[in-house]
Amino acid sequence: MSAAAQGTSKAAHGDVAPKKKKGPGALATAYLVIYNVVMTAGWLVIAVGLVRAYVARGSYHGLYYSIEKPLKFFQTGALLEVLSRVFLTWAVTHSVREVQSEDSVLLFVTAWTVTEIIRYSFYTFSLLNHLPYLIKWARYTFFILLYPMGVTGELLTIYAALPYVQKTGLYSVTLPNKYNFSFDYYTFLILIMISYIPRKSIGRLHFPLQKSAIRKTGYTG
Amino acid sequence: MSTAVVFFEVEILDAKTKEKLCFLDKVRNKLQRILYLPVPDPQWYPARQSIRLDPKGKSLKDEDVLQHLPVGTTATFYFRDLGAQISWVTVFLTEYTGPLVIYLLFYFRVPFIYAPKYDFTTSKHWVVHLACMCHSFHYMKRLLETLFVHRFSHGTMPLRNIFKNCTYYWGFAAWMAYYINHPLYTPPIYGEQQIRLALILFLFCQIGNFSIHIALRNLRPPGSKTRKIPYPTKNPFTWIFLLVSCPNYTYELGSWLGFTLMTQCLPVAFFTLVGFIQMTVWAKGKHRSYLKEFRDYPPLRSPIIPFIL
Repeated sequence: MSAAAQGTSKAAHGDVAPKKKKGPGALATAYLVIYNVVMTAGWLVIAVGLVRAYVARGSYHGLYYSIEKPLKFFQTGALLEVLSRVFLTWAVTHSVREVQSEDSVLLFVTAWTVTEIIRYSFYTFSLLNHLPYLIKWARYTFFILLYPMGVTGELLTIYAALPYVQKTGLYSVTLPNKYNFSFDYYTFLILIMISYIPRKSIGRLHFPLQKSAIRKTGYTG
Repeated sequence: MSTAVVFFEVEILDAKTKEKLCFLDKVRNKLQRILYLPVPDPQWYPARQSIRLDPKGKSLKDEDVLQHLPVGTTATFYFRDLGAQISWVTVFLTEYTGPLVIYLLFYFRVPFIYAPKYDFTTSKHWVVHLACMCHSFHYMKRLLETLFVHRFSHGTMPLRNIFKNCTYYWGFAAWMAYYINHPLYTPPIYGEQQIRLALILFLFCQIGNFSIHIALRNLRPPGSKTRKIPYPTKNPFTWIFLLVSCPNYTYELGSWLGFTLMTQCLPVAFFTLVGFIQMTVWAKGKHRSYLKEFRDYPPLRSPIIPFIL
């Protein structure tokens, strides 16, 4: 019974303390398979939700409405996540050399890497469709751990970049100039950090919301 | 049955849930009457009610007559709550007064905007004074047009629009005004020549825009909501109708290009660009509905820019 809407970036990640004692290789593989399946199921859930709504109503009218909110929500969230990752990679980590050796970078890179392994494996294994309850539980639990991990890494990295940005005036434009325009990258980064509060608390609700959306469409797998 | 009055039975269903909201018998011709009859929730005042023949269809109008609709003697309509509504006039007045006032706050360098030593000082560049006059003139013109010129098709729009629109207008006004009235403002590179050309363009387009508004107003008798194809009038500023469906937007773009040139300020350019994109979307929509509604619509016309867009 999965709760995935799509292969979103902040999906639960695989590298969490295992319940069973297995060799890391087999464990990692097992979790990979599980999460791939879960990702596939996410899209299937939306698709099935649509089909069931069609069957129940006997027409296409209002189908979209049955999955509209979760779909819009996660779609937009996914887009923002992608943009924020590109921003963090190029506009922060790449641009501010001094930040590249920080532990915080390792933190979010790990979180992202695991996500992407899962996501691309998911697409590869997307024909699988077997969903025990354990998977739903595992995915939700991992998400709780890895989402804050990624966010913390990102925030710390931006914070680490601040003094250098202020000192060097990186990407900043000051007055006077012939275009009568100014931009303070330092202030901009601080605003970005503040924006994490609303953005990430919404993202944090990603899976719980998916679950309730699934429940509403009556999908029982 | 030839001289008998035709009565209808009307049932109104919720467009989303298909639940029966009310049933009316002995309804006479016009739809209007239905809007004033009680629907379950009394806060659903008429402006909020969308009544349609099909749940996903277009709203019927107040003036629609039951007899002329494709319904039998028992008519089924679908009701949709449009949400809290606010009048267009209110929205326009609010969204235009903001920029007028806000720009002046920056122009007069009210405290807490720039460094304290500049409080209540004035710019040494005469183009800054000119820009203030143009900007203020522009928004005063808009306010007066809202009050005395425009004839609106719809009375109301959703309430949330006022927050969206005001954020846009007020936000951009503050952003532009900050730089133009800044103590470190740099006047246009080509000096007087550039400013003079910009001013001519600006004024020309302001007059043009006003001419179009008057022409459009005259197309529509007071109190009516009829739509006709606009044509050039004796006023040369309206001859642009030969080439363009929505010359009011064309002139508006021209005005802001003039203002951008006059101030040589990137935020102004950005505002012009965003406005241009939005107006193009509107113009294309309007152009499309003209084409749909009028078989004989002049083929030479483009939505907003002659021959191009």
